[in-house]
Amino acid sequence: MMASVVLESVGHVYARGEVRALDGVSLRIDAGERVALVGQNGSGKTTLVRHLNGLLRPSSGRVLLDGVDITGRTVAQLAHRVGLVFQDPQTQIFAASVRAEVEFGPRNLGMRGAALQAAVDEALSAVGLAGEGRTNPYDLGGARQKLLTLASVLAMQTPVLVLDEPTTGQDLRGVAIVRRAIDDAHTAGRTVLAISHDMDFVASSFHRVLVMREGRLILDGTPAEVFAEPAWPQLRSTFLEPPTAALVGVRLALGSTPTDARLISALQAPCGGPP
Amino acid sequence: MLSLQRVTYRYAGARAPSLHDVSLELGAGEVLGVVGASEAGKSTLCLVASGLAPRTVGGTLSGQLLLDGADTVALPMHRLAERIGIAFANPVNGLSGVAGTVYEEIAFGPMNLGLPRGEVIARTEESLGALGISGLAERDPSRLSGGQQQLVAIGGLLAMRPAHLILDEPTAQLDPAGTRLVADALARLAAGGASILLTEHKTDLLAAMCTRVIALEGGRVVLAGVAAEVLADPRLADLGVAAPASVRLLSSAREAALPASVLDRVEAALR
Repeated sequence: MMASVVLESVGHVYARGEVRALDGVSLRIDAGERVALVGQNGSGKTTLVRHLNGLLRPSSGRVLLDGVDITGRTVAQLAHRVGLVFQDPQTQIFAASVRAEVEFGPRNLGMRGAALQAAVDEALSAVGLAGEGRTNPYDLGGARQKLLTLASVLAMQTPVLVLDEPTTGQDLRGVAIVRRAIDDAHTAGRTVLAISHDMDFVASSFHRVLVMREGRLILDGTPAEVFAEPAWPQLRSTFLEPPTAALVGVRLALGSTPTDARLISALQAPCGGPP
Repeated sequence: MLSLQRVTYRYAGARAPSLHDVSLELGAGEVLGVVGASEAGKSTLCLVASGLAPRTVGGTLSGQLLLDGADTVALPMHRLAERIGIAFANPVNGLSGVAGTVYEEIAFGPMNLGLPRGEVIARTEESLGALGISGLAERDPSRLSGGQQQLVAIGGLLAMRPAHLILDEPTAQLDPAGTRLVADALARLAAGGASILLTEHKTDLLAAMCTRVIALEGGRVVLAGVAAEVLADPRLADLGVAAPASVRLLSSAREAALPASVLDRVEAALR
């Protein structure tokens, strides 16, 4: 169930060659890590994650899953290892019912019978769609369509789970569902990598944050490190703002407080000063 | 002034209406925010307020969409499109799909209005400048990132110079830089007298931009008022709406029973 992901000097140039989408990215994500990937649109985040399941192949460098070079592995083979939820649910949905949509992935991985039905039930419950099995996916609103695509990939029970902007367009309840799915995947030992523009979500749901700019990694650390004041110039060089709690923490000289919870406990500490 | 009077709208084939007895007014220079859980009726409200529903979408509508007090029921869609522009969360829905460059894409609307060449060029360059995308003018819209595409789609609307803009989660697919770029452009438009109806899950953006905010639940308006008051209303959470970060932080601080002096410092730091 455990899986590590390694990128060795991965470069990617799209066919027309106008932009170097990835420019020598080296990275190691250990099994069971919860990692957020942030940066401007066009910085290479989606290009990077599409290398993990073979949808894109490096122009230079290589990708390893559990220490094994994936060059030559097909997308179908890699689907057993890496589940990828796309940013736009319309590019993923195709079945006539919610249940059939979620069954498709695990069935292709060879799951059958009671195990398949259990995986589908569990995934549908996880995203709050347990009562919608017979519904046509196109009758769901955009936010629930997106949760459906999350369920489809959760049901595949892959050791690596990759989510491209999972909270986009979600309301309060939808964001809570995504958070819980990530927590559950983490508890089950799965490796989670998610792209996001929501810094509050990033700071509170992930252990590690990677920041990309122009195809390169410019920051890599815990939320407390990446959102600490010394890193702000680099964040702002790519138009990212630290979470509100981090801004308040610095204004009140409390150190790095990337989440509301961290800020509140810093305020509760004796004297209200830095520990 | 764009107004809805007692609008109830039902999609074709739907069992129940998606909007129930909705009335609202959108004055010149006013930015009206709309919040609500997924499927509360925000997108439907946008379709109705732009005239796309029922004209293009079908379904049945009772009540009225008025422009400057006049009923629009007899106006065909192409006339309505000169006065009300609409943008969607998915930028691809706002692009023509036939333009080879961003410049041509933004010029597409004014050209279809039959405007003189010089006017088309002036409007196109103004839109590119307002959104800070002049550098993309010669790029192929289909090969841009999602955020860049949304800026192009909004640029196409601006070039029509509509009096009213209906924006359905226009920044949902934008990064923070793109969000700020769009928000700044919208604020400038509003200052110039445009009226903007804006649905958003990002309530921080609404707090910064809106004069008034309404909340929808099950197709009905359940909260309405001054933006700062509605966005600080504790009932928002029950409606499935995330409060702005400053409101959320302050209420967590209050729940933690921090001394009043500490709360004051937090409040000051949030300003």
